[in-house]
Amino acid sequence: MAVRKLAPEEIQPKSFKFSPENEAFADQQIAKYPPGRQASAVIPLLWRAQEQAGGWLPQKAIEAVAAKLDMPDIRVMEVATFYTMFNLEPVGKYFIQFCGTTPCQLRGAGDIKKVLERRVGEQNHVTADGNFSWLEVECLGACCNAPMVQINDDYYEDLTVENFEKLLDDLAAGRPVKKGPQNGRRASEPQDAIKTLTDPSLYDGSRIGAWRKRFEEEAVKPADTATEKKS
Amino acid sequence: MAKIIVDGVEVDVPPEYTLLQAAEAAGAEVPRFCFHERLSIAGNCRMCLVEVKGAPKPVASCAWGVRDCRPGPNGEPPEVSTKSATVKKAREGVMEFLLINHPLDCPICDQGGQCDLQDQAMAYGVDTSRYHENKRAVPDKDLGPLVKTSMNRCIHCTRCIRFTTEVAGVPDLGAIWRGEDMEITSYLEKALGSELQSNVADLCPVGALTHKPEAFHYRPWELSKTDSVDVTDAVGSAIRVDSRGREVMRILPRVNEAVNEEWITDKARHIVDGLRLQRLDRPFVRENGRLRPATWQEAFSVIANRVKGTNAKRIGAIAGDLAAVEDMYALKALMQSLGVKNIDGRQDGTALSPAYGRASYLFNSTIAGIEDADAILIVGSNPRIEGSLVNVRIRKRWRTAPMPIGVIGEKAGLTYDYDYLGAGPETLADILAGRGSFAEKLKNAQRPLIIVGQGALSHPDGLAVLSLAAQVAQNIGAITEGWNGFSILHTAASRVGALDLGFVPGEGGLSAQEMAKGGVDVLFNLGADEIDIAPGTFVIYQGTHGDRGAHRADVILPGATYTEKSGTYVNTEGRVQMGNRAAFPPGEAREDWAILRALSDVLGQRLPFDSLNALRAKLYAEVPHLAGVDSVVPADVAAAVKALAAVGGTPGREGFKSPVGDFYLTNPIARASGVMAECSALARGLKLEAAE
Repeated sequence: MAVRKLAPEEIQPKSFKFSPENEAFADQQIAKYPPGRQASAVIPLLWRAQEQAGGWLPQKAIEAVAAKLDMPDIRVMEVATFYTMFNLEPVGKYFIQFCGTTPCQLRGAGDIKKVLERRVGEQNHVTADGNFSWLEVECLGACCNAPMVQINDDYYEDLTVENFEKLLDDLAAGRPVKKGPQNGRRASEPQDAIKTLTDPSLYDGSRIGAWRKRFEEEAVKPADTATEKKS
Repeated sequence: MAKIIVDGVEVDVPPEYTLLQAAEAAGAEVPRFCFHERLSIAGNCRMCLVEVKGAPKPVASCAWGVRDCRPGPNGEPPEVSTKSATVKKAREGVMEFLLINHPLDCPICDQGGQCDLQDQAMAYGVDTSRYHENKRAVPDKDLGPLVKTSMNRCIHCTRCIRFTTEVAGVPDLGAIWRGEDMEITSYLEKALGSELQSNVADLCPVGALTHKPEAFHYRPWELSKTDSVDVTDAVGSAIRVDSRGREVMRILPRVNEAVNEEWITDKARHIVDGLRLQRLDRPFVRENGRLRPATWQEAFSVIANRVKGTNAKRIGAIAGDLAAVEDMYALKALMQSLGVKNIDGRQDGTALSPAYGRASYLFNSTIAGIEDADAILIVGSNPRIEGSLVNVRIRKRWRTAPMPIGVIGEKAGLTYDYDYLGAGPETLADILAGRGSFAEKLKNAQRPLIIVGQGALSHPDGLAVLSLAAQVAQNIGAITEGWNGFSILHTAASRVGALDLGFVPGEGGLSAQEMAKGGVDVLFNLGADEIDIAPGTFVIYQGTHGDRGAHRADVILPGATYTEKSGTYVNTEGRVQMGNRAAFPPGEAREDWAILRALSDVLGQRLPFDSLNALRAKLYAEVPHLAGVDSVVPADVAAAVKALAAVGGTPGREGFKSPVGDFYLTNPIARASGVMAECSALARGLKLEAAE
């Protein structure tokens, strides 16, 4: 696991306060649990705090959550440091979580990583314009569209060096981009010609009730074989 | 009860027992790191693996209940094996994993010789490592002046986290990061803020947390061990004093279920350096305004000359907070022989007195009895700093099932939730009148407990407040058959002993305060450093440290601290306990009873004992219950409360204020200690921070 640490003091904000809607969200989350068990709401609150603070958790946000939930600071700190999806250092406007697990690796994630290293720099490092930072993560569960990255809340899949470069260009320039597969494929449908489930009878309705017919046939058969054995 | 067979031995244990406890009941020893009897079960070290018949894998015995075991096919009791080959192999595997990242620095580790990991590695470790990679490295943490860290050695048993969170109630420690990156630390490496923090170093099964003041000072096998009793507060914690030669090296807690379980406060433990600093090691006599060293004969003759020319009415004696019963007995006997009635062992001016019966000044419910209380009213006390281990009991009781706790006095962090009722006697009167919801709660409780602290009793109106509290106790039914819910929390180790002895002014005698204000011409001060004595009085100070009492003295007689003499102390419950000598007093200092015996000779009033045993024989004949060491002789609580309630009086309006201003600096030994000074400065800083 990558070494994580709290952001240095000079870039830590001096204060953190939940926005009114997040405050309301927090109260709603706390209300889910019995009185005295408000600490159970720590993860949703930390997540909202992270969203509000621009994708990472400043020290003051951790303390704000602790105060809100009446928990000791260290207990919230434990949670914030345990889960790697809580970023403890600032991230870029576009925070790229790059999947480096086996299926993506086999499908060319190495090249995507090279692009990231060339254009964004090393991991956990925000570009000078503040647009990008990236992090290699474990499987994001989109192996059928490998290789892929998650940028902020969305998946960008079926990446090649070319379309990924273009994606980054578009994001940097503020042009609209397409979420999901970048090679024109729809969701996780087969990429070229369909090779399975080609039997037309699958789609004409003739299969409906077919299983029952088969059982009925099988129910007759054993009776036949039983009589045969006797004779 | 449930039957279970451990290594072929059938035992009958309560079903809520864990396998580990059942194994111990059957006499089998199970190694462990994370499990601790007084902490919650973590089950993460895996050292306590045992084999359960029918289970596919070894199970962690600390986290597996006896009632979770299934009986055999014909209803036989479940069978557990703690010594089988599988178990041995499993434990060896665990040990090998623990040792992968554990540094081989035992020769420079302070835990060496008292290390659980070292001991268990002797039993389950292998002699070589199969691990050729680099060991894990973890930065050390700065946890303040008392706990030294060496985090490479940490095996993540989390005992320290559980102790601070559960027992101390100050959740400072936590485990951040995860997996192999896990680190034990406090939030942003702040110093620990508990008055019990040193216990984490005792709990640490390895050398990750050790005692900073003692670092590199000794090896455990060099020390001779003496069982004794703590005198830094009135709880009377059981301690073990370890000394090397003449010097006390460390103080450790001993198990005493009735008092301190197995914890002691930081003050009790780290007062050690105060025992050798600022000591009075020879007699002094004031000449022309300056103290000069003198011989015992000189000092005695100065005293004798002064005493002989003074009327007995103008002579007085005050005993301080650390005086042992024997010392006070000798002083009292000496004063009686001189015809002096001005004696007082209550330098804080508390209203407690033997006149209302012994139960009027004892913690009648007993400390262990707190666990039976179902509502507590704390009057004029901050138990966290006045009797930290009483506070631990209250918290322990509160954690099992929160009961109503009300506080009248100062608002303070007590490590449990309480209703703050008010600041002074008026609130207590309100409770008596049944006003407010808390009065209702007290009334409804089966076993309500009222704890009255010295903050409520040390004012001139203390007796009226005590009477008011007794009336409340009567009113809410705190005294019933089998329940004594009226308790006094003392702050001084000597106080109950003094009251038991009757070390209080005789008929027409002056109290400590009156004596100090100039009521006497010659004042014998037995280690009372917390009282200001008016100028003009000739003060004979018998004590151990160059503290306030010694600065004010005209003659100084150097005495022995509690580690340098055998002495009896009676704790706040009335429990008689005996401390033993672990070292000798420095220089010409002598044991206190012996000084008084020698002085009596010079004064022409030879005391009738020549040895400590003879003194004790006389003492026990006079006050028989003091012979019952380690026991509490029950007192008649109902009568005492009745007597107190009948006193009446109008209390003032002033709020109660704890007599312990600075937890770390309550006695001359602590004030001489550099470690305590550091702790005190840190605690002041934390307090300021909290106030911001």
